[in-house]
Amino acid sequence: MSRSLLLIPALCCAAMATQAAPPALPAAQSLAATCFNCHGPHGVSTTAIPSLAGRPAASIVSLMTEYKSGQRPGTIMPQIAKGYTDTQIQLIAEYFAQQHP
Amino acid sequence: MQSRRHFLAGAAAVGAIGLAPALSGCASTARNAASKGKVVIVGAGYGGSTAAKYIREWSNNTISVTVVEPGDAFISCPVSNLVIAGAKTLHDITVSYDALRERHGVNWVQSTVESIDPAKRSVKLANGDTLQYDKLVLSPGIELMFDTVKGLKAANEQGKILQSMKAGPETLALRRQLEAMPDGGVFAISVPPAPYRCPPGPYERASLVAAYFKQHKPKSKVLIFDANDKVQSKEPLFKKAWAEQYQGMVEYIPDHKVVGVNTARMELEFEVNDPVKADVINVIPMQRAGVIAQRTGLANMNARWCAVDYLTFESAVHQGIHVLGDSIQISPLMPKSGHMANQHAKVAAAAIVSMLYDQPVNPHPVVMNTCYSMVNFKQAIHVATVHQYDETQKTFLTVPGSGGISAGITETEGVYADAWAHNIWRDSLS
Repeated sequence: MSRSLLLIPALCCAAMATQAAPPALPAAQSLAATCFNCHGPHGVSTTAIPSLAGRPAASIVSLMTEYKSGQRPGTIMPQIAKGYTDTQIQLIAEYFAQQHP
Repeated sequence: MQSRRHFLAGAAAVGAIGLAPALSGCASTARNAASKGKVVIVGAGYGGSTAAKYIREWSNNTISVTVVEPGDAFISCPVSNLVIAGAKTLHDITVSYDALRERHGVNWVQSTVESIDPAKRSVKLANGDTLQYDKLVLSPGIELMFDTVKGLKAANEQGKILQSMKAGPETLALRRQLEAMPDGGVFAISVPPAPYRCPPGPYERASLVAAYFKQHKPKSKVLIFDANDKVQSKEPLFKKAWAEQYQGMVEYIPDHKVVGVNTARMELEFEVNDPVKADVINVIPMQRAGVIAQRTGLANMNARWCAVDYLTFESAVHQGIHVLGDSIQISPLMPKSGHMANQHAKVAAAAIVSMLYDQPVNPHPVVMNTCYSMVNFKQAIHVATVHQYDETQKTFLTVPGSGGISAGITETEGVYADAWAHNIWRDSLS
């Protein structure tokens, strides 16, 4: 048990040492990062504001589209959703779908 | 020595706790292997902390980041009005810098910057050290322009008339003045001409002081003297709160610019109107970019604010220096807020990583602002905006039809206000 735990940092650091340059930063990451302030880093919230990490992309797109069109009521999200294009919403949704909740 | 101590602290955490900290320890180990460039960040408030974290994260820890910050820990300006009103403690709004150092491998120097040499790309610190950089990030906050209000500097130094615009000792000192004030006393707050840090801040403070008076000193009054012709943020909602919840207690007086203070008589002096007496006076003077930004010649807009390229937040004056947060010349309708400083930092962090890797920067950045204000100890209101970069005008513009303020004053938003604070602290600092 303790032996395997000790291996973890070693493996991790070996991986990091050989890590190549980061690829061109994905646009989705920068867009999704505008949501982190309220919904938590990577969409993981520890508060009353809902987490987005790990939610299916289609469900986030559908919610945002309803907020944007005014179909779905809310305190602040109807106002914020109107500020993003449909393409941006799609990218943001795909980003959060890939994050670990 | 500093970095070695933090390295050891990181290593100890690996042994002590298991998987998640093991990953953290790794970031520390990677610190000195970082080779793609050196970034120095001055100031670890909302802007600087967020930039430090995301430059490390988005470069896969290949860019070395050193933060220069005089404070021991992060103390939030947002939520500090609840400390002034006695509903929270300074401890509640203080966050450690440990996660930035240990989890993200940020090098840390507790000091201040004396001078910057943009040609040599070097920073001279008050502790005598010199740091070289490939990219410098300045997030120095604001300098209060004491000389715009006669007698204010001396009144502040004597501890008689405070500003409490930087959360910390003055937050507690203003709290003590309110506690010492007898029931039936007058609290006067003055709002400077816009732009200033945190547009709704003074109105939230007035509301929360009134909430405290209502419970403990019900015969007291709150006077708001505004240099502007109207409430600068969430106007109908603040006015609704004052009319419905603090009738006869809060008085809002527009078009009153404070030009002097008299501590012997405890009076506010105005440009046009007669002086007014109060028991506790909170004068918020005009502001400009933090001192180090001015000293480096970056405050090129009215000698107050720093113009930046909004694609990268690089200074319009000196290449290689990026300016974030309250110090910048804002785009239309962009508030000077902690939330916005965090958003500036993310655009700048992505741009800095791209620039150090000789890749094109994101041509379509987006920033947004969410700001909650408490109008009493449970209920809050918000304002939100979304700003998309406009290629033709080379600035951020709010999206027509987006953004807005709360439909009403609610406890639901009071819960969200507290949730916002805890999530943005995690986003910026852990």
